Amino acid sequence: MTGIDWGFILNQTLARSLDLNAAVYALAAVGLNVHFGYAGLLNFGQVGFVAVGAYGMGLAITLWQTGPFVAVLMGIGFAVVFALLLGIPTLRLRADYLAIVTIAAAEIVRLLARSTALRDVTRGAEGLNEFIGPFRELNPFNPSLLYGIGPFQYRGSQFFAIVIGWVVTLITLLLVWQLMRSPWGRVVKAIREDEDAARALGKNAYWYKLQALILGGVIGGLAGMVLAIGNATIQPDFFVAPLTFFFWLVLILGGVGRVWSPVVGSVIFWALITFMRNLGRALVTEGLIPTSIMDTSQIDQIQFWIVGIALALLMVFRPQGIFGSREEMALDAR
Amino acid sequence: MSGWRPVADRRRVAQWISVVALVVTAFVTFAPLQAIADGEAVATRLRVKDPETGERNPVPDVRIVVTTPDGEVLGEGTTDAEGVFETPVPAAGTYLVELDPTTLPEGVSLRNPDRVVVEVEVLEGQTGRAIFALVAGDAVQVGEGGGITLRRVAQLTVEGLKLGLFLGMAAIGLSLIFGTTGLVNFSHGEMVTWGMLMAYFFNFYGLAGAFGFMAGWPAPFGAGMNLIFAAVIATAIGAATGYAFDRWIFAPLRRMGASLIAQMVVTIGMSIVIRYMFLFAFRGTPRFFKDYTAQSGLQLGLVEITPKDLITGVLSILILVGVGLFLQMTQLGKAMRAVSDNRDLAESSGIDVQRVIRFVWTAGGALAALGGVFIGLSEQVSWNIGFRILLLIFAGVVLGGLGTAYGALVGSLLVGVGIQVSTLFVPTELKNVGALVVLILALVIRPQGILGRAERIG
Repeated sequence: MTGIDWGFILNQTLARSLDLNAAVYALAAVGLNVHFGYAGLLNFGQVGFVAVGAYGMGLAITLWQTGPFVAVLMGIGFAVVFALLLGIPTLRLRADYLAIVTIAAAEIVRLLARSTALRDVTRGAEGLNEFIGPFRELNPFNPSLLYGIGPFQYRGSQFFAIVIGWVVTLITLLLVWQLMRSPWGRVVKAIREDEDAARALGKNAYWYKLQALILGGVIGGLAGMVLAIGNATIQPDFFVAPLTFFFWLVLILGGVGRVWSPVVGSVIFWALITFMRNLGRALVTEGLIPTSIMDTSQIDQIQFWIVGIALALLMVFRPQGIFGSREEMALDAR
Repeated sequence: MSGWRPVADRRRVAQWISVVALVVTAFVTFAPLQAIADGEAVATRLRVKDPETGERNPVPDVRIVVTTPDGEVLGEGTTDAEGVFETPVPAAGTYLVELDPTTLPEGVSLRNPDRVVVEVEVLEGQTGRAIFALVAGDAVQVGEGGGITLRRVAQLTVEGLKLGLFLGMAAIGLSLIFGTTGLVNFSHGEMVTWGMLMAYFFNFYGLAGAFGFMAGWPAPFGAGMNLIFAAVIATAIGAATGYAFDRWIFAPLRRMGASLIAQMVVTIGMSIVIRYMFLFAFRGTPRFFKDYTAQSGLQLGLVEITPKDLITGVLSILILVGVGLFLQMTQLGKAMRAVSDNRDLAESSGIDVQRVIRFVWTAGGALAALGGVFIGLSEQVSWNIGFRILLLIFAGVVLGGLGTAYGALVGSLLVGVGIQVSTLFVPTELKNVGALVVLILALVIRPQGILGRAERIG
């Protein structure tokens, strides 16, 4: 009974809000924003793109011994192929068909990656590890030193990936921002608002939607690559289905269809989740929550409840996010 | 829809979502766990059924490793002549038991090659038991030994029909909800798990589990009840849950004018919350019902089938025929098909669409729950089986035609048989991949599904 260490909890909350996971979630949510926020595509399997990007990069190095840059291109290529596979059959149909196929495909990617049949390629449930070598050599930071200021201090091995993650996020944000101001972006948004009207103006809605699916998917794939570099491992069971909806919550928290929302949403999401997780742990270890109600291993399960409830409530009552305005949102299934 | 007040409605949705959360949390807190009196230990007993004699023979000399979740090894060794391996653990908690599949004797393999690691919950002063499902012969090893024989094809077809029937029970609800409201219910899999878990609960703890004052009462009330009664109660609870979902969540959302996409995201949120509440209450280890678990198969011509599978299969055929007759013969059934077909036309012909939708949710909940009990009986009871079969249900429903009741059934049967028979050519662990291939091919070739009407759905 030493009391709750509020300083530690606050420190953790701040540190995790800019950590590797925050960058990865922000990047994945940028992809989702392109899909759902701008093009109106219901992607319920973004985690599949994240997994495919990570595995594409990892396999390029472990199987074909490519350099790190070629490997990243391979990861992007995998994500493009995955997007084509999902998009070509479904994008001519109503929006919910894409949702069904993406949620199924994301789970199938995980099952394939962890299957014993593909053990020689993907190393089953153990996952890929050897790919990290070339990236270690690129790391300009000393892996055993701490970098950063105040609560925001990260080990050199991680700091490299965190920097890459946020830099890539910023670049994609700029790209998305410019694209959505371009004629291409206006067509995509027009399709989101009224597909029939866009078609009547002679726009090939199917082709534009496919392009948006590919773009958002590649951004999701980049998130997977950053994650893999930061964790120095690619494990299939990281890519579980609920992760997609963590990204959704990040996107909706920041406000769907707004350029900065993924970053804002991700930082808020990770601050909240870390705060609750650490507080819960402290309450259990201090005996303020009796173990008959829950133990520390169950705290992580509660975060799923919170995510699910928050997702449902926000979607109904504030789809424009914490800061957004409702006018931008005109959602309906087509 | 007179007296429609959006603000009050919103408040009511929020109120009811929190009430549902509270009720489920209450259930969670009194969910006790199975008690096996012993020392604090982890044990496993490996046995495999001889396909010829139906006897369960011990499997000795298999390497087992028991670790903490952090990977610290607590005990390792091989199973003894009785197929038993047991090792003491320091305290109550969660442990991982890993089986080394390369040490399994020839002709014995894991039913699910993925499950080499089993999570075991050890309670204070008790032994946690790890269950590895082993199968004899080449049932899992694909393409080798035996090859494609008429016997195997027949056996797999029957298994597939069984799976398809169970899937069909869940799929009809999903398809009719879509047909009448346009909503794809991503939490339908959790309704399947809900029925399974409720049956488990009443099977082991009886009504006393829910109503504490019955604790000292005789068998059907105080102690566990037979699975048949538990299944009836679980079905009723499933119906009530379906009703509650529509009455207090989706009907208010429709009145608020929430878009279908928003409603779909709500079902996703519900599915995550409910699934992880199940994990919280039930823990991760799959378990079995108390009754009818170990049965030896009956030889019927070319195929071998356990009595429980035979009975649940016949029952589900009867129930599905009943559903079909109901849809064809009764006024409510016709109204359901009419609303599915063309909602506006149905409404303008004087059908109370909201009442029909309420009924579809209720019946869908009941069918999903009963399907869940059957699946739990045929395989095992686990917290996330609903999400796993949701993908198969989707494949079946899309293949048959989203929104049609009979299409859902036909599609589910085809998916069930297709998946099982495909294990002749692909590894068992990858059989669900076939469902996705079916799903995508169906969308490319015939997006309206087998029984769907050809119309522009883009």
